[in-house]
Amino acid sequence: MATRTEQIAAARGAATAARLAGQGLPAGGAWITAARRAALGRVQALGLPDRRDEYWKYTDPTPLIAPEVPSAEAEAGDTLFAAHDAVKLVFVDGRFDSEASDDPALAGLEIDLLGDAATRDIHWAREVYGVLEARGQSPVPRTLAALNTAMARDGVLIRATGKADRPVSLIHRHTQPASDAVLHHCVKLEPGAEVTLLEQGPAGARVNTVLEVDVADGARFHHVRAQGPEQGRRIVTHVFARLGEGSVFKSFTATVNGRLTRNECVLELLGRDGVAHVAGAAVGGADVHQDDTVFITHAGEACESRQVYKKVLRGGARGVFQGKILVHREAQLTDGYQISQSLLLDEDSQFLAKPELEIYADDVKCSHGSTSGAIDPVALFYLRSRGVPEAEAQALLVLAFLAEALAEVEDDRLAEDLRDWFDARLSQERV
Amino acid sequence: MLEIKDLHVKLEEEDKAILKGLTLTVEPGRVHAIMGPNGSGKSTLSYVLAGREGYEVTGGSATLDGADLLDMEPEERAAAGLFLAFQYPVEIPGVGNMTFLRTAVNAQRRARGEEEMSSTEFLKLIREKAKSLAIDADMLKRPVNTGFSGGEKKRNEILQMAMLEPKMCILDETDSGLDVDAMKLVAEGVNALRDAGRGFLVITHYQRLLDHIKPDVVHILSDGRIIKTGGPELALEVETEGYTDIVAEGAA
Ligand SMILES: Nc1ncnc2c1ncn2[C@@H]1O[C@H](COP(=O)(O)OP(=O)(O)OP(=O)(O)O)[C@@H](O)[C@H]1O
Ligand SMILES: [Mg+2]
Repeated sequence: MATRTEQIAAARGAATAARLAGQGLPAGGAWITAARRAALGRVQALGLPDRRDEYWKYTDPTPLIAPEVPSAEAEAGDTLFAAHDAVKLVFVDGRFDSEASDDPALAGLEIDLLGDAATRDIHWAREVYGVLEARGQSPVPRTLAALNTAMARDGVLIRATGKADRPVSLIHRHTQPASDAVLHHCVKLEPGAEVTLLEQGPAGARVNTVLEVDVADGARFHHVRAQGPEQGRRIVTHVFARLGEGSVFKSFTATVNGRLTRNECVLELLGRDGVAHVAGAAVGGADVHQDDTVFITHAGEACESRQVYKKVLRGGARGVFQGKILVHREAQLTDGYQISQSLLLDEDSQFLAKPELEIYADDVKCSHGSTSGAIDPVALFYLRSRGVPEAEAQALLVLAFLAEALAEVEDDRLAEDLRDWFDARLSQERV
Repeated sequence: MLEIKDLHVKLEEEDKAILKGLTLTVEPGRVHAIMGPNGSGKSTLSYVLAGREGYEVTGGSATLDGADLLDMEPEERAAAGLFLAFQYPVEIPGVGNMTFLRTAVNAQRRARGEEEMSSTEFLKLIREKAKSLAIDADMLKRPVNTGFSGGEKKRNEILQMAMLEPKMCILDETDSGLDVDAMKLVAEGVNALRDAGRGFLVITHYQRLLDHIKPDVVHILSDGRIIKTGGPELALEVETEGYTDIVAEGAA
């Protein structure tokens, strides 16, 4: 009789082989071919996730791995951040659309498209592409990201030496019901540089994105993305970041709907006084499964990390939060904070949270908390007693719940845009 | 205007009767005061009229201008012109006071088939009303009642009342927690709304508020029933004598 571990290994091997069958690596120049081969090696050695893996306890990875793409009706996205004068780069079903895009040079940054860069033999991105992802394969394998590194044909490569003139906005469109979008972006911030990256729109029926961000000493990176409102998507995203001394990394994700959303964020604070904030606000109804999985490693001294996640769930939606803070022995004076909260609008919905602290330094300040609650009936009555109809009163309370997460978005105008987006979505769908 | 007839109310969760045949009519333009011992059912009456969950009406009726209040959702009662200033105003973190009030004003207008108030019109009006209640701009911006002092919460209730211009106002111990100056401001706020078409039901323990808001009628509520009704002098009697004699007399 095979043991359980052997059974899982056999299933993993079979699923990985099935996924890779008949899929050659894309053709490309020397630097990317080397990166892709190494990544494929990681996928083969570690295998793709299995639903019985501890790390996938609450989220079934099967649709993300299946050789055939689970189809999803192509839905139009909403337009956000319109007033932000960003340089727009448009991807249709995961492929760059230069016609629909602005000239990338307008951002005042060095921007290449992965499709172009991949044809060259050498490119600065080799220092980042697949490098941060590879670092992120331990202590827990994240081989869907390695699969992405091996197979991605499109994405943006951004290098910043100073403050960007304008934000860069990645806009996704979904047109084919069976599109399988694999996008890989790299951002390299040289010391003192500053970049804001925005993302929005449905990228495909199934989506796998990786964003690797190398934040050098004193550099600042801001990331704000909106996922949704398309319901059919199945998406896995990975953000890998490495932070130098005195650098700042802030990433915010707003999620509306989606059959399956798994957002992983893997951050390493390597220098002194680094600041890493990740936050998210999610709203989902029936058949929604939304998972935020965060892993923050404090390796440098006196760094601050913050995780703030809020989820509004109804109609049987399921929300997942797995958040870990790992503090190395040398990372004294670490300040780590983590909170995850859900607002359950009915009894069918579910929030599963797994907060974890692993601390080897003795002089640190780390806290975490997780709560699940319902709408406060007294507050609801108070609003209604002033003439606010029940649904509208509930939407106000839901927005109030999300406000604490939205406050994590540093740029007030972006925060306001997201707030309006949730507001519009809530009143449309009467969550 | 407000007509309550033989109202019987029990708790939904327990077999406990709280209102036991309460009858009361407030005519337009009049101020009725309700006094009565702790636990006699004053707040329960106000909640049942406003439509709070947790109570079961086992008999009697309550109508506003002939419309059955008990059959309406809380927001419909508000749109019909009923307003309750809460004994314990509710804190709502994350919802701005202004947003809340504008939403409420416009929701009521929509429900009545009226046009919504423009934001400039709204701002002008709220600034004016807030000023007369000594509510500063900061309080308007803060989340509803969150971190407000007891007195600030009560003034905020009156601000809401002034903005919503209800025709039937119920004030549940709006005077409690107010300092002398705030009490005057609140009373002025209430008196400014007094007109021939509007009715008031003022629940209080103290004569002091009634010095400022002169009632036409005073009722004594005890154990779920009105046991005595009189003029303003009844409030004075309570102030000096307490309830013991009145209650004994009512029971006799
Ligand atoms: N939800 C409830 N659960 C349990 N008991 C309740 C509830 N609501 C009211 N009661 C009881 O009903 C009675 C009447 O309460 P109510 O608050 O109406 O009194 P009141 O006249 O307003 O008193 P006070 O002067 O202290 O404000 C009290 O005995 C109170 O404990
Ligand atoms: Mg009371």
